[in-house]
Amino acid sequence: MPDRYHIHTTITPGRFYRVGKFGGIDWREDCARCSECVKPRCNYEVHEHEALHNRDPRAALRPLYECKACFSCVQGCTKGLLSLSINPEYLEMGDEYWTPDIIHTTWVQADAGKIPVSGAGYRGPFHGTGFDSIWTDMSEIVRPTRDGIHGREYISTSVDIGPKPMRLEFSPDGRMITPPAHLLEIPLPVILDIPAWPVRETGLALARAAAARRLGTVAVLFARDAAAVPESDLGSVVPIVSAEDIEKRRDLIRNSSSMIQLPDGPEIDAAAAEVRKLKPRSIVSVRMTLRPDTADRLVALAGKGLKVFHLCADPHGRERGGDGTPGRHIKDALREIHGRLVGEGFRDEITLITSGGIALAEHMAKAIICGSDLVAADTALLVALGCRVCLNAHSLLIDGADLGSPEFRDPECPIKSAAGDLHYAARRMVNLMGAWHSQLIEVLGAMGIREVRRLRGEVGRAIFREEIEKEAFGDLDRMPMEPVTA
Amino acid sequence: MTTTIADLKRQNNERYQRPGNSDYPQETVERIVRPAPDRYRNAIGKFKVDRLANCIACGRCAEVCSYGVHAKPEGYKYTIRPQDYRCIGPACLETGQDCVSQCPVHALRVRLNPNAECLGDPRWSSDLVLATWHMAETGHRPPAHLEYRLGESGGGFDRIRFKFEVDGSEPDRALADKPEDPASNSGPEADTGLELNRRGDNRPRIRIDIPVYGGGMSFGSVSIHTILAKARAMTAWNSFTCTGEGGYPDRLKPYDDHVITQVATGLFGVREETIRRVRIVEFKYAQGAKPGLGGHLLGDKNTPDVAQMRGAVAGNALFSPFPFHSVYSVEDHKKHLDWIKEVNPRCLVSVKVSTPTDVDMVAVGSFYAGAHIIHLDGSYGGTGAAPDIAKKNIAMPIEYAVPKVHKFLSAESIREKVTLIASGGIRTAYDALKAIALGADGVVIGTTEMIALGCVRCSTCESGRGCPRGIASTDPEMVALMPLDWATQRLINLQNAWREQMIYVLKKLGLPSIQSLRGRTDFLCYMDDSINTKDVAK
Ligand code: SF4
Ligand code: SF4
Ligand code: SF4
Repeated sequence: MPDRYHIHTTITPGRFYRVGKFGGIDWREDCARCSECVKPRCNYEVHEHEALHNRDPRAALRPLYECKACFSCVQGCTKGLLSLSINPEYLEMGDEYWTPDIIHTTWVQADAGKIPVSGAGYRGPFHGTGFDSIWTDMSEIVRPTRDGIHGREYISTSVDIGPKPMRLEFSPDGRMITPPAHLLEIPLPVILDIPAWPVRETGLALARAAAARRLGTVAVLFARDAAAVPESDLGSVVPIVSAEDIEKRRDLIRNSSSMIQLPDGPEIDAAAAEVRKLKPRSIVSVRMTLRPDTADRLVALAGKGLKVFHLCADPHGRERGGDGTPGRHIKDALREIHGRLVGEGFRDEITLITSGGIALAEHMAKAIICGSDLVAADTALLVALGCRVCLNAHSLLIDGADLGSPEFRDPECPIKSAAGDLHYAARRMVNLMGAWHSQLIEVLGAMGIREVRRLRGEVGRAIFREEIEKEAFGDLDRMPMEPVTA
Repeated sequence: MTTTIADLKRQNNERYQRPGNSDYPQETVERIVRPAPDRYRNAIGKFKVDRLANCIACGRCAEVCSYGVHAKPEGYKYTIRPQDYRCIGPACLETGQDCVSQCPVHALRVRLNPNAECLGDPRWSSDLVLATWHMAETGHRPPAHLEYRLGESGGGFDRIRFKFEVDGSEPDRALADKPEDPASNSGPEADTGLELNRRGDNRPRIRIDIPVYGGGMSFGSVSIHTILAKARAMTAWNSFTCTGEGGYPDRLKPYDDHVITQVATGLFGVREETIRRVRIVEFKYAQGAKPGLGGHLLGDKNTPDVAQMRGAVAGNALFSPFPFHSVYSVEDHKKHLDWIKEVNPRCLVSVKVSTPTDVDMVAVGSFYAGAHIIHLDGSYGGTGAAPDIAKKNIAMPIEYAVPKVHKFLSAESIREKVTLIASGGIRTAYDALKAIALGADGVVIGTTEMIALGCVRCSTCESGRGCPRGIASTDPEMVALMPLDWATQRLINLQNAWREQMIYVLKKLGLPSIQSLRGRTDFLCYMDDSINTKDVAK
């Protein structure tokens, strides 16, 4: 058995202003200073901390947001002077996909790398679109992996990137003629990708490379940024090199990890050949925007010997339609692509990496169930550093933004100061991935699946809303959502 | 002389001539509805009534308000602080006979209570929490301004209605608003009883008066007052409560006849004696809120009392593994049930499972292993502490599992031989009725009881000293926050309100009993947002 993969997390509190959900309102002028004050009895010492904070001349002028909204003080105050309200700033964070709750849980996971645990049952909507219309399976009886979570057995989260031969071929005299496969094995099915809105900040790229090295995975970097990465981390870097630049970036290609990304383009197979000439064992991955016709393109490229694809969806996990409008969610796109490749008979030769819209650990598991081999974390890494997904005038990478162009919009952003401290930034990224990894183990353990490789495309171990609704409620009469009254 | 199994059986039978199996004197609890107002000084309502400083204390508001929001008791100089949780809001303001318009100096204002907006979530909306509090306080349906049937989750039960609710035949509740349901007071009552043993074996037939019993909550995860209140209320309603996995506190003994002993994967606190004294034993394979994952009691909650009962060391976190490590097949499963049946020859056996994709197969397997009750625990149920990822994503919600299993058991021609119980996301009486119409025989509730006791769903049950409201804590100071008598009354009231609503619905449907509602999906409809109202009107 290989050494158990373990992510070393370090408690690293965020240095950014953390918006909280609940704020207390206190009509202090009516306070009777009675002997039954509820404030000292708060289970979480919220009032005491706030009082100290407010008296500290050096403390920042911002609320602490420690209240858990248990209403004990609100309901107990002898004169009814306390009340709670929801912080509008909290509700304004993010957008309909990167919800305030997702942003908040990401901050917490990046603090210490722990799985978010809470009491009381599930609180959210019954279902949603995209990944929120999938439930993962569990297994009621003993399966060999059962003990994995609490430590006695091993659940593997490793995946391989690279062209895998479907079968070995031998010459008549018995020599193997299939060239040996060169695979990049990473111990968790996530690579660290460029955020959907690139912040022009080399520090962020360096932190990503450092985090990738500590995690044992790889980080995708623009060649420009990769040139600044110290030698110690270069082995964990996947540079994006455009076809024209291959010659110019030859040292980088030689010294970085075995994977190189080439943006999809007309001469992609020639470019791939050029890279392989420079570095014979390299794994060329094609970076492409996920589109409705991606499956066709993959089949065509696979015919030309390209086997690793990085499919970039938009920040909400949707493909980009021909007219630029958002299309299907990656869950549907992946099922189609995976099915197509299976039908063509060479799915196992191919590696699919999916990015965009992977916001939570569960998205990683669900994308893999839908047919991806692994995913790439992008925006989530920014959120770990305090990003609130304000999308404040950023250019989106998916629009083909050229970082060098004068139109590229790259506003001032708190991320830049976070990225200034490389270790702080890298630790928070490592923590987040640590929390994701533990959650993936929970999901795999519940299913009784021993390794994440076997999860790929296992749609039978998931419950899809459209299908189960038909099975469970198909025989109910339908009524329009607005009740018809006589 | 050696004792044979046959001897043991005979001895057991002689010992258990009474209806129950306990040799401890059993207490009765009166089934009486009495008011049990909020145990906090400031009850929270949907609306807030502000009285401004220019009030001249004329007392007019106290005269006009028929809901008791305002009061100026004899001899008082000032009108006392508005009891605004009783206020029904705009529905009153429209009448013109309201305090706001009648106040001579315009000192009153009614608005939505910001506190209420902080309460709740899509599953348990603020209205639903307040409505459940109202039912626990009064024992009856809440007034029209509180939605007490549906949450705001946008799926499952919240998308299903009884047809009479939407075809315009039901009078507008806002108009016909009286706290009590008139339906429950007139004519013969529909029968809400539920038969638990359908196997036709030689074990006792047990009938409960309501199609509801209480879910397992272990000593350790909730306070002893919570456990006892649940047991006492279910004793009053001639139903059951369950120990959960954490042993059998001695203080439960007076209610043995209404307690289900749970045997779960950690086997914490399970002894032959605790299996013998009850009428139902429940095997817990999995829990809906954390399906596929084991139980976990944090070290802080493992106080010396808890540890003693569980046979563990205080202060250590306690894990119960998942699943039973002796069960690899239906045959192994049967051996487990046979073991229990041997230890207690007069008990019924329930098997609690969560809801994997093959839940239908699991249910059939449990039947062939000898279960009397198959208890499906859906994935949106409650828990003391579980990973968020599990609560949201793993296994299917109960709304899907019930029809799936019901149809499968029917196709196997064994549906009439087993009792199917649904839990994990049954929040309201309407949820329970819908689950039954989808194919369950009855339901198990947990979170609803916690809400009735004053839970605000702050989700902090597991941290530090535990529940700040004294419901799910073992810290003595916190436990003292909730008196036992009050808690018992709240739960008795809750069940009364539920039962009134069940009878109301059964009457609307023209059914004589809750059992005749089972599987009647023809009474239900699904609210589909892809259908346009206009298309239907055409
Ligand atoms: S509501 Fe609860 S957590 Fe918040 S300040 Fe009051 S007592 Fe503390
Ligand atoms: S009617 Fe107005 S002035 Fe009179 S007691 Fe009420 S609030 Fe005060
Ligand atoms: S801690 Fe909060 S959620 Fe848990 S039982 Fe207490 S009030 Fe309810």
